[in-house]
Amino acid sequence: MSTDVRLRVDGVEVVVPAGCSVAAALRLAGHVSTRRALDGGGRGACCGMGVCFECRVRINGVERLGCLARVADGMEIVCDA
Amino acid sequence: MRELSTEILVVGAGPAGIAAAVSAERAGARALLVDMQAEPGGQIWRGQWNNATDRAARRWLTALRGSPVATRYGLRLVDFAAPGLAVFDGADGPLRVRCERLIVAAGARERLLPFPGWTLPGVFGAGGLQVLVKNGWPVAGQRIVVAGSGPLLLAAAATLRKAGAQVLCIAEQTGAADLARFAAGLAPHPGKWLQAAALRGRLAGVAYRCNAWVERAEGTERLESVRLRAGRSVERIACDALAVGFGLVPNTEIAQLLGCELRDGAVVVDVHQHSSVAGIYCAGEICGIGGVDQALAQGEVAGRAAAGSGERPRALRRDCARSARFAQTLRRHFALRDELRELATADTVLCRCENVRYADAAACRSQRDARLQTRLGMGHCQARICGAAGEFLFGWTAATPRPPLAPAPLTCFTEPTSDPEPPAQESA
Amino acid sequence: MNQDVVIVGGGIVGCAIADRLARAGVAVCLVERDVLGGAATAASMGHLVVLDDDPAELTLSSYSCALWRELAPLLPDNADYRTTGTLWIARDAAEMAEAERKRTRLAAAGVNGELLTAQQLAACEPALAPNLAGGLRVAADAVVYPPVVAAWLARRAVAAGARLRCGVAVSAIGDGEVVLDDGSRLRARHIVVANGCSVPELLSGAPVRRRKGHLLITTRLQPQVRHQLVELGYVQSAHGEASESVAFNVQPRPTGQLLLGSTREFDAPAGSVTPRLIARLVERAVEFLPGLAGRTALRAWTGFRPTTPDHRPLIGPWPLRAGVWLAGGHEGLGVTTALGTAELLAAQLLDLPLPFDAAPYAPGRFTSAVASHVH
Ligand SMILES: Cc1cc2nc3c(=O)[nH]c(=O)nc-3n(C[C@H](O)[C@H](O)[C@H](O)COP(=O)(O)OP(=O)(O)OC[C@H]3O[C@@H](n4cnc5c(N)ncnc54)[C@H](O)[C@@H]3O)c2cc1C
Ligand SMILES: Cc1cc2nc3c(=O)[nH]c(=O)nc-3n(C[C@H](O)[C@H](O)[C@H](O)COP(=O)(O)OP(=O)(O)OC[C@H]3O[C@@H](n4cnc5c(N)ncnc54)[C@H](O)[C@@H]3O)c2cc1C
Ligand code: FES
Repeated sequence: MSTDVRLRVDGVEVVVPAGCSVAAALRLAGHVSTRRALDGGGRGACCGMGVCFECRVRINGVERLGCLARVADGMEIVCDA
Repeated sequence: MRELSTEILVVGAGPAGIAAAVSAERAGARALLVDMQAEPGGQIWRGQWNNATDRAARRWLTALRGSPVATRYGLRLVDFAAPGLAVFDGADGPLRVRCERLIVAAGARERLLPFPGWTLPGVFGAGGLQVLVKNGWPVAGQRIVVAGSGPLLLAAAATLRKAGAQVLCIAEQTGAADLARFAAGLAPHPGKWLQAAALRGRLAGVAYRCNAWVERAEGTERLESVRLRAGRSVERIACDALAVGFGLVPNTEIAQLLGCELRDGAVVVDVHQHSSVAGIYCAGEICGIGGVDQALAQGEVAGRAAAGSGERPRALRRDCARSARFAQTLRRHFALRDELRELATADTVLCRCENVRYADAAACRSQRDARLQTRLGMGHCQARICGAAGEFLFGWTAATPRPPLAPAPLTCFTEPTSDPEPPAQESA
Repeated sequence: MNQDVVIVGGGIVGCAIADRLARAGVAVCLVERDVLGGAATAASMGHLVVLDDDPAELTLSSYSCALWRELAPLLPDNADYRTTGTLWIARDAAEMAEAERKRTRLAAAGVNGELLTAQQLAACEPALAPNLAGGLRVAADAVVYPPVVAAWLARRAVAAGARLRCGVAVSAIGDGEVVLDDGSRLRARHIVVANGCSVPELLSGAPVRRRKGHLLITTRLQPQVRHQLVELGYVQSAHGEASESVAFNVQPRPTGQLLLGSTREFDAPAGSVTPRLIARLVERAVEFLPGLAGRTALRAWTGFRPTTPDHRPLIGPWPLRAGVWLAGGHEGLGVTTALGTAELLAAQLLDLPLPFDAAPYAPGRFTSAVASHVH
């Protein structure tokens, strides 16, 4: 079950365990902040449950929440940070 | 646009929604269970779908697997195109679901309160970090402070520790006397006792401090340390993460949009979990914070009632009553202290989405005034975070939700051109 | 307590009047039952636009837009004033002919417009659909965030000596006084009723009806358009008597958000959002801006425009009671025309030279209808 998944984060290939959330994958790949707030400050996942919207990133071109989405092979993730 | 139809639509696949959908099918109705997460389980059973470790989770997740309930995950309810026609947004585009009756089991979120540094990456909700970890967020070897209020702090700390984190301390803002009374109040709830004791067992060696709260999070690009106040002393603790939450707030937005009556921030229901609007049932934390046993009992009642099986078996009535008493104990003993209203400084961001400063919001007359004059609550989260904070900080009543319930592609709001798909059951 | 003037209603109109009178040295008290700018003013798009379907409307709106340009440098940043210009869009030759007539009418009032061919239109706003016939660009039109301006005008009035009472409603108008819903009374020589759609609650028979509108705003993103974009068919929607109409009207906000309008409905009592109308509004917008389909909706809302039978506002003395003045019924143009309204009303009330003929706006034009309603 626990095989690895390959995805690209801001153009860089990353390998993470299957079944983890996109938010977790980004953290595993070393990204601490994944979004820039209006004042330029870094922000990252906070509520973990689809409420705060801090973890939003573009997944395959569409804005989605990293804490709700699961990783999949070939995913293209773009952060705004 | 994809379209499905079902007899009973259950929104939210936490304990309440799962129990509702399974019970509705057992009572002879067709149910469709939808959740915005990738798997069923809600908050407490996150990550257990393929690996249930908890007894109740195993029981209900197995029941769900074996039941003809149709399921769809990764879909968020964002609007109703008409009464009985729900619009969901997902990675594959919008989905419409036609239903005769609706059960809303949207659970609760954490109350987060502003203090200097709370927007730094590395500061999470307490349950927030817990559920992130359950979905693979790495914490092994990290130094973590758990803070805020309520029994969830223990559960969160236990999960973090199990995942290899070093939990530096648990700071509970409630005083020792109230905590002792809460513990005593647990006596009539043997299950809760066991749970609490087991959690403490798993947390052996972790400092648990009452009357203590985090005043400030420090760091430049990410969290580096917190300042913890306990009584008159303040201590600086270097750490990698802070998990801080101040209790739970029911997610009532869906019910509110449908016109259901609320009281004290929770949906009002009758003994059949029926709301004030015909055909709409609500179950679980959205009817008031009460824990997993209450969610399961209410879910069963709602599922059976929505399926037309009105009478409630004695055992179920007993479960409901007992869990309602526990909910009361919970509310009574974790009241938030006044000092927490003083943590934010003038420059502290209150609305994380629109970066509204505390002082600018505080100068307004009401939540609505602040919305109009400062953009408070006008961003992505639609005041889910700052609204619950403003309620505590200023006594403001949260604005009534407007559609969409969450930001969603414009394509969710146009009329479908394609033919409806067959009923959910056949295509499930 | 005594004052010269009590103003009922802290929408953009009441606030503009309070500001105008207070700065003229008049002792003013502004009474707002809820929050400043919280009703139609909050719901509005805030497009500051010259409209010309009726000569009186052209006079008032062009005069007002000039006042906005004077005010702009003083406004705070969060008033979001931007000179976006308006791009009136023609879909076919007939609408292009209308664009030309519109240009001529605007020119007569001293407002410059520039006709654009299909190619020029595409170059000007590349996000527009390719099959359009052309358009008319009115460069001086602007946009603003109305509730912030309303509150700012009220603060400026207070700085000039006005009193502000928020959170208390006027429940009745008597002779030389208003009765507040806390039971107290405010005496004044003049009472200006500027309470938007609620005018008839205080002045029985005042011919103000509510016309509901829907708007939708997207999340922030890189700007896709620069002008406020309006289809030329808009006028028909705005002034037609159809019980329900939808016209393409899109505004780029300084935040990078797009504000999508607009619908018009008579006799829709509830303030709730009607999904069917949101669908029509979005579909209409996508016809003109195909790229919109990929954008994210953040929020939809509704508001009520205060309308009159001839679509002209009511500005001037209320004929049925001495000392009572009316400033209302601005329909879908009241943010734009609030400043001109304040000038015109102040001139009448203070006996100053009129900026333009007040007759077309006189509430007395409906007096026979009103009187028969009252008796
Ligand atoms: C972050 C967090 C962690 C928690 N951890 C624990 C714990 O470890 N131990 C414990 O005893 N209790 C925990 N709790 C409390 C626990 O949530 C409740 O006791 C119980 O799970 C409530 O069940 P429920 O079914 O009412 O709600 P939930 O379990 O919250 O389920 C609600 C579901 O509805 C879904 N949902 C909400 N809105 C929508 C929408 N618009 N569209 C689609 N789906 C939607 C959510 O994704 C969620 O899956 C936690 C609570 C939170 C908020
Ligand atoms: C969807 C929509 C889009 C629009 N777009 C535009 C646009 O782009 N450009 C434009 O120029 N115009 C636009 N308008 C029109 C504009 O918003 C209105 O014409 C204008 O706001 C009217 O202002 P007002 O002050 O008369 O009314 P309001 O803003 O409604 O203010 C009336 C005030 O009176 C208060 N009040 C009511 N009764 C009492 C009482 N008894 N005692 C005390 N206070 C009371 C209310 O609380 C309210 O604050 C739009 C309107 C709508 C609905
Ligand atoms: S972490 Fe809050 S929405 Fe994902």
